[in-house]
Amino acid sequence: MALRVRDDSLPRERMTAIPATAPPRARRLSATPGQIALALAIAAFLLAFLVLPVATVLYVAFTEKGTGTFTLVNFYDFVRTELFMRSLWNSFYVSAMSVAWASVLALPLAYLTTRFAFRGAAIVQTLGFLPLIMPPFVGAVAMQLFFGRNGSINLLLDDWFGFKIGFMEGLNGVIFVQSVHYFPFILINLSAALRNIDRAMEEAAQNLGCSGFRLFRRIVFPLALPGYLAGASLVFVKVFDDLATPLLLNVKDMLAPQAYLRVTSIGIADPMGYVISVVLIVASVIAMWLSAAALKGRDYATTQRGGGGLAKRRMTRMEAVLGYGVVVLILALVLAPHLGLLLLSFATVWSFSPLPDGFTPAHYARVFGESSLYIKNTLIYATLAGGIDIVLGVAIAYLVLRTKLVGREWLDWAASAALAIPGVVLGIGYLRSFYGVTLPDGTPLAALWVTIVLALAIRRLPYALRACYAALQQVSVSLEEAAENLGATKARTVRRIVVPLMAGGILAGFVTSFSTAAVELSATLMLVQSNSDAPLAYGLYVFMQSAAGRGPGAALGVVAVLLVALCTFISHAIIERSQKTKGLGH
Amino acid sequence: MTVTVAATLTASAVSVDIEGINLSYGDNHVLKDVNLAIRPGEFFAFLGPSGCGKTTLLRLIAGFNQADTGRVLIGGSDISALPPWKRDVGMVFQSYALWPHMTVAANVAFGLEERGVPKAEIARRVTAALNLVGLSHLGGRRPSQLSGGQQQRVAVARTVAVEPKVLLLDEPLSNLDAKMRVQVRRELRDLQQRLGLTTIFVTHDQEEANTICDRIAVMNDGIVQQVGTPMELYERPANLFVANFLGTANILDGSVVADGDGRWFAVEGGARVPVPADAVVPPGTKLVFRPQHASLTRAGAVAEAGQLQGAISHREFLGASMRYGVRIGGSELSVDLPFQSGAALFEAGDAVTLGVPPSALLWLPAA
Repeated sequence: MALRVRDDSLPRERMTAIPATAPPRARRLSATPGQIALALAIAAFLLAFLVLPVATVLYVAFTEKGTGTFTLVNFYDFVRTELFMRSLWNSFYVSAMSVAWASVLALPLAYLTTRFAFRGAAIVQTLGFLPLIMPPFVGAVAMQLFFGRNGSINLLLDDWFGFKIGFMEGLNGVIFVQSVHYFPFILINLSAALRNIDRAMEEAAQNLGCSGFRLFRRIVFPLALPGYLAGASLVFVKVFDDLATPLLLNVKDMLAPQAYLRVTSIGIADPMGYVISVVLIVASVIAMWLSAAALKGRDYATTQRGGGGLAKRRMTRMEAVLGYGVVVLILALVLAPHLGLLLLSFATVWSFSPLPDGFTPAHYARVFGESSLYIKNTLIYATLAGGIDIVLGVAIAYLVLRTKLVGREWLDWAASAALAIPGVVLGIGYLRSFYGVTLPDGTPLAALWVTIVLALAIRRLPYALRACYAALQQVSVSLEEAAENLGATKARTVRRIVVPLMAGGILAGFVTSFSTAAVELSATLMLVQSNSDAPLAYGLYVFMQSAAGRGPGAALGVVAVLLVALCTFISHAIIERSQKTKGLGH
Repeated sequence: MTVTVAATLTASAVSVDIEGINLSYGDNHVLKDVNLAIRPGEFFAFLGPSGCGKTTLLRLIAGFNQADTGRVLIGGSDISALPPWKRDVGMVFQSYALWPHMTVAANVAFGLEERGVPKAEIARRVTAALNLVGLSHLGGRRPSQLSGGQQQRVAVARTVAVEPKVLLLDEPLSNLDAKMRVQVRRELRDLQQRLGLTTIFVTHDQEEANTICDRIAVMNDGIVQQVGTPMELYERPANLFVANFLGTANILDGSVVADGDGRWFAVEGGARVPVPADAVVPPGTKLVFRPQHASLTRAGAVAEAGQLQGAISHREFLGASMRYGVRIGGSELSVDLPFQSGAALFEAGDAVTLGVPPSALLWLPAA
């Protein structure tokens, strides 16, 4: 009875971690030839389209132009150039300030919706996601119209009070747009963390005499901190890597735009673009590492026996007024880009006036007429990228979780490493690696639209992989063992049991990959060689460059938003339905 | 009807032989030289605490674990090299492992489909298997729409539908409530008798094993401690672990001394118990007896040989009997006396003399 602490399930789990050592039956303990072939194929794909391009970027950054000898002189040049150092500082400043302002938006919403019996909670949680279904650079244009120097708000302020506020001046504009766009990452993570706090944690503190703000500071906030940090680091990295938003707001002295401008204006032979790329990679690796280190050993999910979440309190009248005030204000801000885009897409002329002068459907006619190519390309690219991602995702998840193949974790690490590679860096790496590779007819590989698909697939692979992992983890191993016990081989078991049970998760992974790939710009901006190959996001970017193109651009933006919104809705519905049909199946 | 159903599914019973099995996970030696011979048609239990290796051994028979040494024979032929899907041993999983994306009937049909059984035959055998567990009316439901007891029956039906050579049950009752457990275990025994299937039942609950199994292998720490019928194990446990795991046992430390009158077991605290001439008592031997075999009398002036002096420390009313805690020297012993209404009871603090008939004494090694 003294052995009660050990559980029968323990050896089973350890079996996957420790390579078994039984020589006579080693065949069945490592992997089948099919599994090995699959792993090698995935490894080859990742090497060619992720490792090689990134390695190329690193190689160019650390070698002397022409000779190929190792040198740090490129980095010395980077440090010596005032423009680059200012760009580095600006990128850092904008990212940090965006995190700060995103926190200001997310904290009250998260706290209100989890802490109080609050009618608006569902609305907040739904509308809170709205910014994410629009590429940030699209929002930037709409925000200019409302908050710019001659936007609606400033025109009204000038009329009534005789002054203007520089919401959108220089770096402020980037910070403003980014924090409105990315705050949902913090909201989602923080709300989840708050909901996972066991009510008893709070009650125990109250029972010992702690209440009010002290309770929040000493118990609630520390318990929710890991969730907050996870969201905050994500926002930091996203803002640091974003290329299109600063470009559209005409802010050029930030790192990602500098890398892009260097390569497009001076050429792919110039080492400075690569040096900046290395700096971008290092910054996002550090930010991710810091948040992982801060989270280590702090998995505070404390809910037990169902229920959970903070005790919901009724609001007093004053609190309710204050609460709704805050929520309405923030939601207005969140909706502003969408509203602006919609108005702009129907506007004849909208300049120096709070609202457009007149309305017309002409922009949509143009978008669905001559520009429908963008939409078609986007659908093709995003579908292919999503398809590649879920095939790779299911295969990697199965190899890692269900086989004892030596080195299988490397596939996972390699695929996930794509998270730390900014799109602009991947784009530069593709250009440099594949421009020299030519097809029989002489066109370089980098000029083909297939390259865009591959880049999108690599960029979105980590998300699809997580979805596939989660789906496979929910399939109890005993469900597969039962099938094998009844005579199904490994391959048959995968087909008849594993894949059908993962279907919901796989589909959700596809939709996530699809919808984010559909509005991706930073890698494609580097890789689009001709207008006929351009996807929607690229077309949007081109339209938004000129005042005359803003109308059709906005119409295209509305199409993009609707496309992504539809996908998000579908994936949500799929996940819910698959969870319902499976019931208490495991 | 039931007879024909059983006849449809009955296969001729086979033996299961486990020979010299050793199994390690890294440094963790989970099964240590396990040898068992399970007879055709036997209802056999692996009984032991969590972590004793019983589930590992069962999964080894099913082919989900690989032994470092040794082999498993079913019906005399070595199956150690076969993958799980070629072994033809039916396993009922602790979690039932019903596939949530298939109906009950589809779950039961699965194994038959994998075996390439013709469609008409599949339909017939699915119905037969569901009839056998009394669930033929629920074939169209999803597993999540069934109660725990019904899910358990579907899991059994799914397994017996393929007519396996051996039936493996991995703690099949652990997810049921106490009342269902008693009912289902009888049904399992019933079914096993009708099918005549060699069945191995893994459990940590001695009552489950005692009530339905022909023979039990008691396991601890990866070692088979003893194999026998429930009665043999209770009356003649091979060591302290078995004595303790099956029922309650009083255990006394002491050492053997010899004088002119023969050998004595000197218990801590001074009392001496005569050691029978035929008993083997190497150093480390303990004196063991069951609570219901002891008697209590109020302490007299002189203690007879073999009697122990002590004091009542507490009592627990168990219904049919009264269990007294008796403090003797440094140890506390249990004594069960039949409860008779109106009879005088001992109170805490009473000085008592505890006696055990020599035939009820067990001399056991520690392991």
